[in-house]
Amino acid sequence: MHLAPRTTRSRALRRALAAATVALLATAVGCAPQPEDKASAGPSGSAAKSCAKGKLASKTSGKLTIATDEPAYEPWFKDDKPASGKGFESAVAYAVARRLGYDKSAVVWQSVPFNKAFAPGVKTFDFDINQVSISAERKKAVDFSSGYYDVRQAVIALKGGKAAKATSIADLKDLKLGAQVGTTSLDYITDVVKPKQEAAAFAKNDQAKSALQNGQVDAIVVDLPTAFYITSAEVTNAKIVGQFENQGGTPEQFGLVLDKGSALTSCVSGAVDALRKDGTLAKLEKQWLSDAVDAPVLK
Amino acid sequence: MTVTKGESAREGADGKDGLTGAATGDGYAPSERRLERERHKRARARRATAIAALSTLVTAVVLYLVVVNAPGWPRTKETFFSAQYAREALPKVLEGLWLNVRLLAVCGVAVLVLGMLIAIARTLRGPVFFPLRVLAAAYTDFFRGLPLIINLMIVVLGVPALRLQGVTVDPVLLGGTALTLTYSAYVAEVFRAGIESIHPSQRAAARSLGLTNRQALRYVVLPQAVRRQVPPLLNDLVSLQKDTGLVSIGGAVDAVRAADIIVGRSLNYTPYIVAGLVFVALTIPMTRFTDWVTARMDRQRAQGGSL
Repeated sequence: MHLAPRTTRSRALRRALAAATVALLATAVGCAPQPEDKASAGPSGSAAKSCAKGKLASKTSGKLTIATDEPAYEPWFKDDKPASGKGFESAVAYAVARRLGYDKSAVVWQSVPFNKAFAPGVKTFDFDINQVSISAERKKAVDFSSGYYDVRQAVIALKGGKAAKATSIADLKDLKLGAQVGTTSLDYITDVVKPKQEAAAFAKNDQAKSALQNGQVDAIVVDLPTAFYITSAEVTNAKIVGQFENQGGTPEQFGLVLDKGSALTSCVSGAVDALRKDGTLAKLEKQWLSDAVDAPVLK
Repeated sequence: MTVTKGESAREGADGKDGLTGAATGDGYAPSERRLERERHKRARARRATAIAALSTLVTAVVLYLVVVNAPGWPRTKETFFSAQYAREALPKVLEGLWLNVRLLAVCGVAVLVLGMLIAIARTLRGPVFFPLRVLAAAYTDFFRGLPLIINLMIVVLGVPALRLQGVTVDPVLLGGTALTLTYSAYVAEVFRAGIESIHPSQRAAARSLGLTNRQALRYVVLPQAVRRQVPPLLNDLVSLQKDTGLVSIGGAVDAVRAADIIVGRSLNYTPYIVAGLVFVALTIPMTRFTDWVTARMDRQRAQGGSL
């Protein structure tokens, strides 16, 4: 534009541009988002206090929207169908919903990727159930219900492979270990085993399984129920080498994920606590997850 | 951004009024009209600069206010711009970036060589080379069309499943191979376009001077073609640099995966921002270099330097 002669046309053009800019800015200001109404912020609503059955301040009134990732893996969900009620987490989700006064027809499932469940925008679900471990650090970003499952991490290796004979954490130090990124399994490798080679971090457990079969890693770390499922149904030439002890004395727990400051957190937590008290959680665990007694503990 | 100030300098010496052209030595004094015109031009330039500055300022202020007054800003700030997590992530991300840089160096060279070979194969003349031309065309069609992520999946996770003796299972080497396959197809097309953009008279002239087909290609066509193709080639190089991160599919920890690991543990997204900025910082020198090369070649061309 810098060689354009100063004609009336270019002047007119510039005026038009300026006008357009001003108009654009005006729209931008006009489009500035309105502050959210305070009804959904903080557990101060009347519904939060009473936890009235079936009348919670949920996303869709009268319905409970529950999210999980897709694909949904066994043994947590059967056949990638969260709505079936089959699989441990599906069963837990429906049990929690029933406690809150929502029967099966009032539950709406939603597919939300693991990462998106923690993004700070407005949540599209009431709670997310996706094998998310509770930690103090994560609590800064989202709300958790109380834990619905005490989880342990386990090591899987191919039978006859380098890692198959390991009996202690020290035996794993020289091996190439892998786990899914964003999981506590990976933290166990880096913080507990502290291997000499950098741990392989996979986007999904599926790729970790492939790498194990291909010999690209010597062993992978997953939670114990997943380990039982993988070794019994998916990678049958692999075995569970052992499980880790809890770190720091407190059991690691899976919790339901809610929006930070969600009005439902206390109600959902209450429901989970009640299910633990009346033995429902233990019953579902027996029904859907193998007992984790026969995996040796790695010291 | 071209600042309009330059205009007065460029247009100051126009000889339209017939006075500037008169070399009257020390007796020369610019006419009142000319002085008036220059004053006017300076005033216009100042005004233009002022308007540009003001509109930039207004835009910046509006954007700032829209972002900072958004209802979700405090939480967004904590989630995406946390100094604590930025400090934690930076060393890990840089460690991962070393893998990206190494991959870029090795794959970049491999891609240039392979791409050039394929481009030459596609532009060979003579019926005897027909199968070679077909193969090269099939290769570029296939690998340009195949989504890179699927290519990586197949190579990184599929090839080791074959359990071939002596074939590596290292995810980084395999990932580099997959990147090279895809990008050499892109680059081959860039080179081919360059070769075909050289006017046939160049080849004809070379042949008439007694050069063989191969010599004509080597000394006349390729030097011109490659020079023309530098900007799009650097484009592909910058693109390759960002795609090196995809080798993390096999578990290798690059800059983005290093950020992933911290994000997964903390549910805080700042490490992604850090990784993004690190990549941008790496790309900027390359972009400037591209611009410089382009400008230099434009100058050459303006002097009839395309021969």
